[in-house]
Amino acid sequence: MAGLQSQDFARISATTFRPPDVRHDFEVAKLIDVSKCIGCKACQAACLEWNNLKEEVGINTGVYDNPHDLTPNTWTLMRFTEWDNPDTGNLEWLIRKDGCMHCADPGCLKACPAPGAIVQYNNGIVDFVSENCIGCGYCVKGCPFNIPRISQADNKAYKCTLCSDRVAVGQAPACAKACPTGAIVFGTKAAMIEHANGRITDLKSRGFANAGLYDPPGVGGTHVMYVLHHNDQPQLYANLPKDPVISPVVELWKGVTKYAGLAALGFAATFAFVHATIARRNEVSRAEDREAEHLIDEEAAHGRQGQ
Amino acid sequence: MVARDNDERTVRRSEERTTVDRTEGRVRVNHWVTAISLILLAFSGLALFHPSMFWLSSLFGGGSMTRMLHPWIGVVLMVSFAILFLQVLKHNFWNKRDTHWMRHVGDAMSGNEENLPEVGRYNAAQKLIFWTMTLVILVLFGSGIVIWYEYFGTSFTIDQQRVGHIVHALAAVAIMLVVIVHIYAAFYVRGTISSMTEGRVTGGWAFRHHRRWLREEAQKGVIDERQKPPPGRPRDLHPAE
Amino acid sequence: MTNSWTDIKNTDLVIIMGGNAAEAHPCGFKWVTEAKANRGAKLIVVDPRFTRSASVADFYAPIRQGTDIAFLMGVIRYLIENDKIQHDYVKAFTNVSYIVKEGFSYQDGLFSGYDEAKRDYDRSSWEYEVGPDGFVTVDETLQHPRCVFQLLKQHVAQYTPELVERICGTPKDKYLTICEMISECSARDKTMTSMYALGWTQHSKGSQNIRGMAMIQLLLGNIGVRGGGMNALRGHSNIQGLTDLGLMSNLIPGYLTLATDKEVDFNAYMSTRGFKPLRPNQMSYWQNYRKFMVSFLKAMYGKAATPENDFAFDWLPKLDVPAYDMLRIFELMHQGKVNGYFCQGFNPLLSLANRNKNAEALAKLKFLVVMDPLETETARFWKDEGVFNDVKPEDIQTEVFELPTSCFAEDEGALVNSGRWLQWHWPAAAPPGQAKHDTWIMANIFLRLQDLYRKEGGAFPDPILNVHWPYRDPADPKADELAKEMNGYVVSTVTDPLDPTKIVLEKGKQVDTFGQLRDDGSTACGCWIYSGCFTEKGNMMARRDTSDPGDTGAYANWAFSWPANRRILYNRASADINGQPWDPTRRLISWNGERWTGFDVPDIAPTAKPQDVGPFIMNPEGTARLFTRGMMRDGPFPVHYEPFESPVANLVAPKIRGNPAARIFKEDMAALGTSDKFPYAATSYRLTEHFHFWTKHVWVNAVLQPEFFVEISHELAAEKNITAGGWVKVSSSRGEVHAKAVVTKRIKPLICDGKTVHVVGIPLHWGFTGAARKGFGPNSLTPFVGDANIETPEFKAFLVNVEPSNGPAVA
Repeated sequence: MAGLQSQDFARISATTFRPPDVRHDFEVAKLIDVSKCIGCKACQAACLEWNNLKEEVGINTGVYDNPHDLTPNTWTLMRFTEWDNPDTGNLEWLIRKDGCMHCADPGCLKACPAPGAIVQYNNGIVDFVSENCIGCGYCVKGCPFNIPRISQADNKAYKCTLCSDRVAVGQAPACAKACPTGAIVFGTKAAMIEHANGRITDLKSRGFANAGLYDPPGVGGTHVMYVLHHNDQPQLYANLPKDPVISPVVELWKGVTKYAGLAALGFAATFAFVHATIARRNEVSRAEDREAEHLIDEEAAHGRQGQ
Repeated sequence: MVARDNDERTVRRSEERTTVDRTEGRVRVNHWVTAISLILLAFSGLALFHPSMFWLSSLFGGGSMTRMLHPWIGVVLMVSFAILFLQVLKHNFWNKRDTHWMRHVGDAMSGNEENLPEVGRYNAAQKLIFWTMTLVILVLFGSGIVIWYEYFGTSFTIDQQRVGHIVHALAAVAIMLVVIVHIYAAFYVRGTISSMTEGRVTGGWAFRHHRRWLREEAQKGVIDERQKPPPGRPRDLHPAE
Repeated sequence: MTNSWTDIKNTDLVIIMGGNAAEAHPCGFKWVTEAKANRGAKLIVVDPRFTRSASVADFYAPIRQGTDIAFLMGVIRYLIENDKIQHDYVKAFTNVSYIVKEGFSYQDGLFSGYDEAKRDYDRSSWEYEVGPDGFVTVDETLQHPRCVFQLLKQHVAQYTPELVERICGTPKDKYLTICEMISECSARDKTMTSMYALGWTQHSKGSQNIRGMAMIQLLLGNIGVRGGGMNALRGHSNIQGLTDLGLMSNLIPGYLTLATDKEVDFNAYMSTRGFKPLRPNQMSYWQNYRKFMVSFLKAMYGKAATPENDFAFDWLPKLDVPAYDMLRIFELMHQGKVNGYFCQGFNPLLSLANRNKNAEALAKLKFLVVMDPLETETARFWKDEGVFNDVKPEDIQTEVFELPTSCFAEDEGALVNSGRWLQWHWPAAAPPGQAKHDTWIMANIFLRLQDLYRKEGGAFPDPILNVHWPYRDPADPKADELAKEMNGYVVSTVTDPLDPTKIVLEKGKQVDTFGQLRDDGSTACGCWIYSGCFTEKGNMMARRDTSDPGDTGAYANWAFSWPANRRILYNRASADINGQPWDPTRRLISWNGERWTGFDVPDIAPTAKPQDVGPFIMNPEGTARLFTRGMMRDGPFPVHYEPFESPVANLVAPKIRGNPAARIFKEDMAALGTSDKFPYAATSYRLTEHFHFWTKHVWVNAVLQPEFFVEISHELAAEKNITAGGWVKVSSSRGEVHAKAVVTKRIKPLICDGKTVHVVGIPLHWGFTGAARKGFGPNSLTPFVGDANIETPEFKAFLVNVEPSNGPAVA
């Protein structure tokens, strides 16, 4: 956010320096216990209300998901999946609250070309700073979870802020506050992992042998984590990626290409400079001027004969 | 400049010098539109390409404006280059002499053009630049559409857009290299720039770098501008001597 | 609720049947997740649909709507057969050993005394055998063929697992798994809680559904204990308060009843109400009825209520029919017999069965007054909204007055939650525009009416002119004044008869409890069960102390729980006959040799010996009833009856359609559909995104669930060529609606007695006003038939047809 000191940040997009990151006291995390979630959408409502967003009244398309996707105004969305568990023969209604995962290694931030448009605070929250955002949509490509959405109105990128404004004053995010079943809890990442372990033990005792914590290492872990009954198959939950990483294409683009490209251009410019300095001047000599006159006359004469 | 209808003559003699018309006005216009577009695209593209270049966005009114303008300049480039392409395509077909020339490109680089065969309107390197430009601009335009988020954000999958980005970036580096070569060559080879500013080169320049072309042009006749006839009395001009 | 929301955390097993707590009561449902987290509790959900509750359940089984009694009676059979009964509890605290009169019988779905023409029973044979001492005769060995235990055993014998499967469509293995899970709670240290709501009440035999589970809970020893109970989840904030305060046509506050026109005076009225104990030493708390009634009359009529005029008893209205319930009122309205209708916080056009009939009825009124914070469909029933409200305004002469009221967040006062807690709240904002508090509106109407009576006399002005109206601003009674009145106060000083200098009750003081109320006119009390809510110590409802000694979930100093701040009703039953807790780790109250101590206010006198006084003090037996005598109109035991509109025949009593004692008007009987034309079993329900017809006015909620839909199985969709998200037309013999189709695995066809039954789910929430898209409600389709005892309409089970359509024709 504007006005903060860069010491408050762990990372800032499109800068050539790393912030000092001296205030790195603890990391926060939101834990979404999918096994406790009843899909009531109170989190969605709280998000709209706290952030004062006005989403449009849509239509029913044959499912409970409304709106049908994340939008610049819907930063969190319940996604419903009906799954027949082949092992038990039972139907399971898997309901996942989708939204920004606040990666420790955020692909959006890595992809962002606008200095300070995406920042990661010391507590791990990844935030978009509208005044610096240029609306290029690179964050969309950087994100392994397909989260950011660009507003058609102002061409700025929007997504869950993890209520950085609330967290900054010691409050839990609005969704966690609104959750009636305690499926969304918020605290330090360490505490959330501990809490999750208790839940996983409980789920295992209820027959969910593959219950586990979704904190994918491919993006350095996340500051939004899930407890999943079927952690071996996260893709069951509305295509939650199994081993999310920042796309290698994006890594290549924002990594080697960026530096190699500049290097190539620099080399070419330097070469030209050196060449210009040391190579013989490529200049038309007086003799050549004269020979040209001669040649012109000759050829002109040829030309007349040819006509 | 055209003294009479269907006058194909391009060699002119004036009091001071002899010149050869090399680039028509409409081609020059397109060239410069293309060139300026390319420069703007390079600057705005570089601004988004690497943080150390982001300051270039100030030239365009900030990051958002840069993001907004860059693809539109790309469209301008595409249009102007497309016209340019059609205008000069006929001079850029490859032939055996070009292959031969390429084998001696080192002599060209070191200014020893006397070792090279006589060159027509464009030498092999120039043709290469033309074709490389054509190809790279097509790639840039195509990949540019894929990543033009404002209008095509939902027309392509995110994976396609990711590929679009890297292709665009690589092609952009390529075109900037080509442009550097092109510009440097224009400066390095003295007397070249006038072909795109005034549209003509000196006879000596043509003799030195594009002698075959000079021959062809000279065969069409010479416009003598040394003895200007009084106004209103057009007359045929003939080469002196 | 016999228990409270917070108590659910103490349970070992939650059974949600006849409700969808996660979806309809998400905030209360947190206590289920607490129980799961803290006690490893299991959750069972039995529902025609795989609901949001089912999504977090440990075990789910489908059931065809309207067949719960077969299921529950089957469970009782299982418990008896497998001897999974908490014998000590059942013997001590239920009427299991009581002998029933000779002459009582049950045959082919009917109990003795049925009169087909009246659709009613002569219930005189449904009684106990009374001994020469005036008390019921009992057989402690439970061997007597007419003892309740043997009658019950016989009654449930036919509900075998096979029959349950044939009726309910619940696969036998799933059913038996549930039986087994339930039966484990017959252990002293295991409790089950039943959470139910309108899924049980909105049937023509709704009361008996609930009784079925109550009987199971008694057999398991789960009533009165922590983590047990029969827990009705009230659908509206303060709907509990509505019934408490007697907002039913036949009630007055505190579950006192209005007199019928046959009860010509106070003595006649009292003769059937002050129940004498049926067993020795029992409290039979209704013996205090007179005290509550007289105190109510004193609160109502003040000084005008005197012993000489029977405390103005005659000024209360008398009923000529059992009740003027909603169905009856609208039936009368439809007949043109109602001139004016005050509609306060109610949207009957969409809430009451058979919308077309409702609309016709409203059009026959001379005037309609709608008091609501929102612009309801009822207030706009005359408006042509095309297919969404197809009426001709020019044909409707009803004059409509819309009086905007404040909403809950703009009011001060107490809301009573499902757990009987009166929780005081303060206004967060002032009412917008011209909106006024309901109390202001009613006071002003009353004062003007009173003024008219004063000036013009009229046929019978006394009940209006003599109303006690002691408010600081008569035109604007305040919440604290009303609360104090309901709590009760001393009208005239009462002294100790033995020592006249000792003042027992001092004039003008608030009473502490209903125990202080008197039948001589020296106390006044608006609602006896609320006594203690606003005492001399202050507003007990405003208490916000979260301390919870013993971590029992009682939170005794948070707000006020009626009666007497008791958190768990019948809590005496949490201890055995000697007063020791069944489960020492879950002690609630216990007998220490001299008195009852513990974490809750005991039901019985603190010094009443455990062996003497039974926990069910409101019953003259002192025990709970497995056999309800004549208290229920449709039978002392629940019987499986099919819904009035059912896709299959009644396997238990093939000749009987619906509940034989349910009240249904002639014309409505004719409007019932049959499965040849309307082959699918429909049910209606709420969604968590919305609250009734309110939140469609809220933009955010409209976003979350924007458009009316119905839910069907993939199988039915394939059969009828319906696509997900496409339009369908759903019709019953009373009307039709257009909806989007949600095609889901959560509804699966049921096999009932070899026949495939397709279930159609129809949520309620859409209308033609508000922010959401215009739509319909299920009441365009539902039948106009009510429960036999409380006339709740049968919204949960009816027949429809479903066809793909092009959507509503929009003019």
